[in-house]
Amino acid sequence: MSLKIDQDHSRFRDIVRGKIRKNLREYISSGELVGRQGKDLVSIPIPHIEIPRFTFGQQQGGVGQGDGAPGDPIGDGESGRGQAGQQAGEHLLEVDVTLDELADLLGEELSLPAIEPRGKSELVSSKDRYTGIRTVGPESLRHFRRTYREALKRSIATGSYDPKNPRIVPQKDDKRFRAAATETDPVASCVVIYMMDVSGSMGDEQKEIVRIESFWIDTWLRRQYRGIESRYIIHDAVAREVDRDTFFRTRESGGTMISSAYKLAAELIDNHYPPAEWNIYPFHFSDGDNWSMDDTLLSVELMKQRLLPRVNQFGYGQVESPYGSGQFVNDLREHFADEPRVVTSEIRDRDAITQSIRDFLGGGR
Amino acid sequence: MAEFATKTGIPAYLRREQRRVEEVAKGYGLDFFPVVFEMLSYDQMNEIAAYGGFPNRYPHWRFGMDYERLAKSYEYGLSKIYEMVINSNPSYAYLLEGNSFTDQKLVMCHVYGHVDFFKNNYAFRATDLDSQGRTVDPVHQPPDYAPNRRWIDKMANHGAAVRRLMDRHGISPVEELIDQCLSLENLIDPHAPFVVRRRAAEEMDEPQALEVPRLRAKDYLEPFINPGEYLEAEKQRLLEERDKAKRTPAEPRRDVLQFLMEHAPLERWERTVLGVIREEAYYFVPQMQTKIMNEGWASYWHSRMMTERVADASEIVEYADNNAGVMSTAGGRLNPYKLGVELFRHIEERWDKGQFGRDWEECTELDQKQHWDLRLGLGREKIFEVRKLYSDVTFIDEFLTPEFALEQGLFTYEWSSRAERFEIASREFKQIKERLLSQLTNAGSPEIDVVDANHENRGELLLEHHHRGVDLRNDYAGECLRALVRLWKRPVCLLTRREGKSVMLRFDGTAHSARELSETKEPKGEAG
Repeated sequence: MSLKIDQDHSRFRDIVRGKIRKNLREYISSGELVGRQGKDLVSIPIPHIEIPRFTFGQQQGGVGQGDGAPGDPIGDGESGRGQAGQQAGEHLLEVDVTLDELADLLGEELSLPAIEPRGKSELVSSKDRYTGIRTVGPESLRHFRRTYREALKRSIATGSYDPKNPRIVPQKDDKRFRAAATETDPVASCVVIYMMDVSGSMGDEQKEIVRIESFWIDTWLRRQYRGIESRYIIHDAVAREVDRDTFFRTRESGGTMISSAYKLAAELIDNHYPPAEWNIYPFHFSDGDNWSMDDTLLSVELMKQRLLPRVNQFGYGQVESPYGSGQFVNDLREHFADEPRVVTSEIRDRDAITQSIRDFLGGGR
Repeated sequence: MAEFATKTGIPAYLRREQRRVEEVAKGYGLDFFPVVFEMLSYDQMNEIAAYGGFPNRYPHWRFGMDYERLAKSYEYGLSKIYEMVINSNPSYAYLLEGNSFTDQKLVMCHVYGHVDFFKNNYAFRATDLDSQGRTVDPVHQPPDYAPNRRWIDKMANHGAAVRRLMDRHGISPVEELIDQCLSLENLIDPHAPFVVRRRAAEEMDEPQALEVPRLRAKDYLEPFINPGEYLEAEKQRLLEERDKAKRTPAEPRRDVLQFLMEHAPLERWERTVLGVIREEAYYFVPQMQTKIMNEGWASYWHSRMMTERVADASEIVEYADNNAGVMSTAGGRLNPYKLGVELFRHIEERWDKGQFGRDWEECTELDQKQHWDLRLGLGREKIFEVRKLYSDVTFIDEFLTPEFALEQGLFTYEWSSRAERFEIASREFKQIKERLLSQLTNAGSPEIDVVDANHENRGELLLEHHHRGVDLRNDYAGECLRALVRLWKRPVCLLTRREGKSVMLRFDGTAHSARELSETKEPKGEAG
């Protein structure tokens, strides 16, 4: 049932969207939204919108009722202290926004171009299921109960039904048959392979930046493709594939061999994601410290031979850390100066996340 | 409305119950408008609650926001609206689908208490309408006074008018103007319907001569009896008086919205919108003025009706449970339902026992006071009188006694910046009462008058805030000045006090400024 309020509600939602867009950069760098993600909703806290009026400013106090001596705190302990806050009436409004909407806001704010999927087979898989009913069809698909019901109705309607001898004879018009309907399922046709250096030099803050950035990349790509898959690879001197949780938590102390991760990513693509059907997005985050020049050359070679021919774009994000030398990004730039599909981005701190997202996704590949 | 009503009629068993409750209420002497109950699902309930009880209002996003909040808190199980009743004749009341039968009975009893209050309390007479749907003067009632209160229709008409304007001028400009007007919504005069603020222009026949009346004196005494300085000062005073009469407004006006409607350079549609906002603001005033009394009165009657006549034995525990929830004062909060109902009971007891009047006031024997019972039995009569003649301010002022405050455990609280929490400040009766009254004064809004429409001879609007110890909220004041400039179309100034100093806030359409005034300059004329 549609309500009169719907119109006013959608006006309000528009205003909220405006507010979110205005503060989007703040939300991006604070990473606040990352923890608030549900299945396909994000709940965003925005300051309560109030119509300004002439009203009293400072904390007023008031009259209460109950036990206690002067000087005792009021409130029931749990809610009293935390919520009351310095400014009474300063409530936060939790607004649910779908991830799609959020991605649109991100796209508008950073003016990201839509991605043209590479010429691929269709993005949906279809299959036939018998969910409908028709009046014609092969006998093998006859729906017994429906047919019986139609026949019963007809015989009652025509007066030929005899309760003492309830015999029902279906005629041709009574027959009902199952009908196939085609259902389409969107298929994940995009895979994002996140690789991260977890050697000792990557600290918590660096990982947090990666986490925030991956959230936004996911959000954007999910909007562009009907479904995405994410794979996570961590590496120090050796690489292994892990789940999302482990990805952001693991901390190793070993050295760093970037080639190990690239090799594993290439294998992953070989085994699971034929490039003819998948849009593939590897992202690699590290502090730019590699073990040796040899390994760097090996990595470059792997990219040239095994990764670049198959992927839409290769993103390398270098997170600044107090320990890393930050050399790797320079090496990449040197080797891939004229390769538009290799995108490098240096992320100094959280405020640079917005720019880095634009670097990665601004190409529209 | 008709369609609305048919879709949401209450089932037969509730209609039977309604007739029963109505009889019971009449038996107790309650006197009410006809009541139409409707049954709503929770989302309809949230919708109507967001619209302030009216199914048809003008469109505005704020209602959508309120709806979102109500719907969320219902979905999360934080709150549920049990009942809603509109001050209108006939009164509409809404029941929530799926509530238990006991709850519905309770709500019905409560509603009849409210409707009796709407009909009889004097403050609500300000919402009487004549047959054309205009508000009528509640004080000077003509002999053929037959008001109605078809506010449902009136609000719907407002909605239609605003919608029409939106069709013509576009949604955004109209909605923005509504935003601005709502910012100024509380700049009205809550007592206006009952007070004659402006005398009809006094016989302004001829300009008064600027001749200072002299005392008769013999020639040689003249310079002593009518000294030159005196004449000069007197002349000055007369001149000022004359200037004052020329000023717009002649006297400070509390109803800023009305002033704007009369004097601001508004287009016709803008005036329509402002008029709608102002009328609706006045409609809600009585409910703000009598929140404690109204809820107290309804609670008093639901508890008497339920426990004495309406609920049967099997329902009493459920009733008591719900009633306790409504009366809860958990967390030290002051609950208007609780305060109101207890105060009514307190009054009833006092007048039953004769605990009033001079003998009672002057009695100093504690023991005698505690056992004071003259068996007058005037309580019932008294509370009916109180419900008719009082509003929250006078109700608290007259009937809140030290004994009552003590018995109810009232206290004042303050924000403690040291401990970062609210703390109980005092249990002194005087402070409690002062606090309560100051919260209720002017319906809880700052008192702001329009003083001069031609401030500094530049066509600027000057407002003055009567500072009563609490500063205005600064950022909001700035936004409200912006809204005023939108309507006045010239710079607007507000004289107020901030941190103990007089301040002139000004907004000229692009920039805010605040100028501190020296103390001596402020009271003009008296300095000399």
